[in-house]
Amino acid sequence: MLTKNAAGVKARKRLCMTVNGRAVEIEIDIRESLLDVLRDRLQFTGVKQGCSVGECGACTVLLDGTPVNSCIYLATWAHGKAVVTIEGLAQDGKLTPVQEAFVDEGAIQCGFCTPGVVLSTTAMVDSGKCFTHDEVRRELSGHLCRCTGYQKIVDAAERALREADIAADEHPV
Amino acid sequence: MRGYLPDFDVRVPASLGEALELMAQAPGSYTPLAGGTDLMVVYNAGRLKPTHFLDLSRLAELRGTEEDATSLRFGALTTFTELRECRAVHQHFPNLVKSARATGALAIQNRGTLAGNIANASPAADTPPSLLAYGAELALVSPRGLRRVAYDQFHQGYKRLDMAADELLARIIVPKPLGRGFHYFRKVGTRQAQAISKTCLAAYARIEDGCVAELRIGLGSVAPAPVRARNAEAALLGKPLASLPVAAAREALLADMSPIDDIRATAHYRSVVTRNLLGQMLRELANA
Repeated sequence: MLTKNAAGVKARKRLCMTVNGRAVEIEIDIRESLLDVLRDRLQFTGVKQGCSVGECGACTVLLDGTPVNSCIYLATWAHGKAVVTIEGLAQDGKLTPVQEAFVDEGAIQCGFCTPGVVLSTTAMVDSGKCFTHDEVRRELSGHLCRCTGYQKIVDAAERALREADIAADEHPV
Repeated sequence: MRGYLPDFDVRVPASLGEALELMAQAPGSYTPLAGGTDLMVVYNAGRLKPTHFLDLSRLAELRGTEEDATSLRFGALTTFTELRECRAVHQHFPNLVKSARATGALAIQNRGTLAGNIANASPAADTPPSLLAYGAELALVSPRGLRRVAYDQFHQGYKRLDMAADELLARIIVPKPLGRGFHYFRKVGTRQAQAISKTCLAAYARIEDGCVAELRIGLGSVAPAPVRARNAEAALLGKPLASLPVAAAREALLADMSPIDDIRATAHYRSVVTRNLLGQMLRELANA
């Protein structure tokens, strides 16, 4: 791998971030995308590489809670930030309510788009906002799915939002 | 990891002063980098020439939105998400909300910036037609000071901008419309999200005594750069809403466009559909 850039200086940098709540410190090439670092250095292979142009949403991760396309995001930008991948959701084998909703609605077929869609839905649920049907479709419009025809994905997201709303009423913070 | 990594270097200035100093030392050798939603695509495709990126992410001077009685001033690094969630934008510039929602999808909107959308200079960008319709101005900053440019004078050809090698786009200033206004925005793409436009038309009109007292129309994807439809505007200005010269305006619009065939649409399609958008806009205006 190249270690020098056009200016002839070493293009390496120490990156400190948290991934799924655990502190990570790693030396990276400044030209690596966050997708490269998460998949190939840290083995979080739940982050999928699809289109590489920020169009399909398969590489979506949460960055300080906000969905971003990790394929067009320089790894160095994640310095000091909290990254959540699909591996960070279930705790001790127990799925989150969003993941349960996707299973219950049959919103998963081949599974390639699923990590990204589940993370974007998780961000919607965590925002505490209400979303209309059209807004849910718009929020998820950056995810391409070639299997489900989207209806079950939208159903799952709406179920997750509904159940989170009920849970909030029962256990107000 | 990918088999290749195109060469580049990233400098991360901590202040606007430092950024301007770097650019002044080697004018033209830095590529400003904000959200990366355009540049990283070129990079991933292996089509990026070796360059020095100037990462603007730490420049607090370029963030935030200021509002006064007459205008909104957007920091260069204002994201599409910030635009579409800003109450004052909804209140004064509904076309900008629609432009922001029409750009990519959520994850792109979280990263992409207003200045990036302008400076990347794609004729198909979604905010420029709205900025043209609202008569926006740009504030450019360099070691020589601050310079204001009317946005409709900024694009000088395909990817040619009225911006010197040592200048950065600092602020986008949009005057608040006064009086009774009419707003129209429509982008035509293959689908609603994640589509690059085939054509796009944004308009703002001020209505006074039942007539078109002020009108600006911005077009995307039908010329080498985002353009004002000055011929169509001239055909409509001062005319009563009750009898708008629709046919004449549609005809005049032909002189405002120079569409081409590309992978997204043919020149003929763009010409016909853009005139249809104008027709739809005028039907809505007539009933406004």
